[in-house]
Amino acid sequence: MDTLIKIDSLCGGYGKETVIKDVSLEIKRSDFLGIIGPNGSGKSTLLKLMSRVLTPIKGKVTLEEKDIAKMDLKEFCQRVAFVPQDTLISFSFNVWEIVLMGRIPHLRRLQLETKKDFSIAEYALSLTDTLYLKERQIDTLSAGERQRVIMAKALTQQPGLLFLDEPTSHLDIGHQIQILDLLRRLNREKNLTIVMVIHDLNLASEYCNRTVLLNEGKIFKEGTPSEVLTYQNIEAVYKTVVVVSNNPITSKPYIILVSGVK
Amino acid sequence: MNKFNRKIILLLFLTLILAVFLGITHGPVHFSLSELMLTQNKYILYLRLSRILMAILAGMGLSVSGIALQAILKNPLAEPYLLGTSSGAGLGAVLAIIIGTYKIYLPFAAFLGAILAVILVYNLAKQGNKIPVQSLILSGVIVSIAFSGIIVFVISLSSNEALHGVIWWLWGSMQVYDLKLLLIVGFIVIPCVLVIYVLAQDLNAISIGEEDAIHLGINTETIKKILFFVTCLITASLVSICGIIGFVGLIIPHIMRFVVGPNHKILIPATCILAATFMIICDLFSRTLFSPLEIPIGVITAVVGAPIFIILLKSKQKVR
Repeated sequence: MDTLIKIDSLCGGYGKETVIKDVSLEIKRSDFLGIIGPNGSGKSTLLKLMSRVLTPIKGKVTLEEKDIAKMDLKEFCQRVAFVPQDTLISFSFNVWEIVLMGRIPHLRRLQLETKKDFSIAEYALSLTDTLYLKERQIDTLSAGERQRVIMAKALTQQPGLLFLDEPTSHLDIGHQIQILDLLRRLNREKNLTIVMVIHDLNLASEYCNRTVLLNEGKIFKEGTPSEVLTYQNIEAVYKTVVVVSNNPITSKPYIILVSGVK
Repeated sequence: MNKFNRKIILLLFLTLILAVFLGITHGPVHFSLSELMLTQNKYILYLRLSRILMAILAGMGLSVSGIALQAILKNPLAEPYLLGTSSGAGLGAVLAIIIGTYKIYLPFAAFLGAILAVILVYNLAKQGNKIPVQSLILSGVIVSIAFSGIIVFVISLSSNEALHGVIWWLWGSMQVYDLKLLLIVGFIVIPCVLVIYVLAQDLNAISIGEEDAIHLGINTETIKKILFFVTCLITASLVSICGIIGFVGLIIPHIMRFVVGPNHKILIPATCILAATFMIICDLFSRTLFSPLEIPIGVITAVVGAPIFIILLKSKQKVR
């Protein structure tokens, strides 16, 4: 498998505050990578540095050997899409308008969408099971519906790489599995590379083929879920006692929390 | 553009034509169209046409600036004067009168004041290479309050009779003192409105969220700076020749969002036409209600606008 993203001794953060300290990482094409770690360990910051929301203080990120900071932003967004944690929208756009915005990177200013753009958007709506919401206003949807619509917008960009920042944190277990199953299908059938920040270690274990455990802005451990999600690693980073067993069906690592108070 | 929106635009356009017709024929003295064509009435036709042109420019400029600011500030209640242009222009005008310049220089002093206020706001808000939205709003409010304070201070110290005129001027008028000024303002406002329209798609993305817009390939900091500059140019040039006209930049975009939705590709043209119509009608009221006295147009827009706005707010609350 070839390298899609290469992160080279990257430092970055907000203003003068460095959150990410000297991180190097390679992401391969059709990886399903989970970034995990405690609050404040720099997960979201790393994602923002990789998606050009933040500019690195030191080091660089390359996409297919091209420095992303030197790429044209539109061209970059034709290949990379981003699903944020939760999108609150204060204007009443309808779902169709929101999803069509995914075509912006592919269109020139004032260029009208063609039939091809419409069918791409429609396909993304059907993939995320939101076609029935097409005429609805975005501010009237439930959190689960809204998240699926935002995902449809990202897929309308037709990216080869999808970043997600805790895409399931506001969803019930049914919607969590629905979204992650969709990501797995896109990953396997369409070769979509997925990089996802996720809090839930069990979901990371279940869905990701690789995981990166961050601690205090540095990579603590990187590898397959079975290599990373050991009780030693988890206890060292989260300062919490856990028992790691295996999911009886998929035999992936399964983390059980243990209360500190008996 | 769907069928419904096309019908709305057509309807709005017809109302605009009707408003222009009323604006030409009505005034302190009523004329029919054929009477206006007579040579002895040519001057009246010219006066009324220039007022209508002024009203169209002011309506378009203020409402589209309102739309742009509402989108970049992610706040549907933003209005064009939020960033300090009005108080800056006011201070410029007051100082010009006290120094005792000729009336012809008044608009230039006001324009200068507005631009200075905006530069001040921009530099106060700037953090490094970025202009965060919250600090932009805050510094706009601070500069406006400070400048308004200085205006009142200067007026209260001075015994200059002419300053009474400033208060009248501040409330706005469509009276065109000089056709050249109207042309200059037209050459500023129309291209600026077009620039904002060209950025319609960017405005759509930015009104979802700044980071979301970056992920769609939009260089938000650059777009924000362009829009800031362009809206300030529009409001500064308008405020310097027709004073402060409130509510247009706030209610007209609101009403149109209600009717055609928030998509800027359709919202901007629809708002332009409605705002032009609204201003022509308000100007008609301002010069006919108590003729031969003229009421400042800002008074009319506030009296008409405030109730409409309250009704809109209340009806929205009911829906939710």
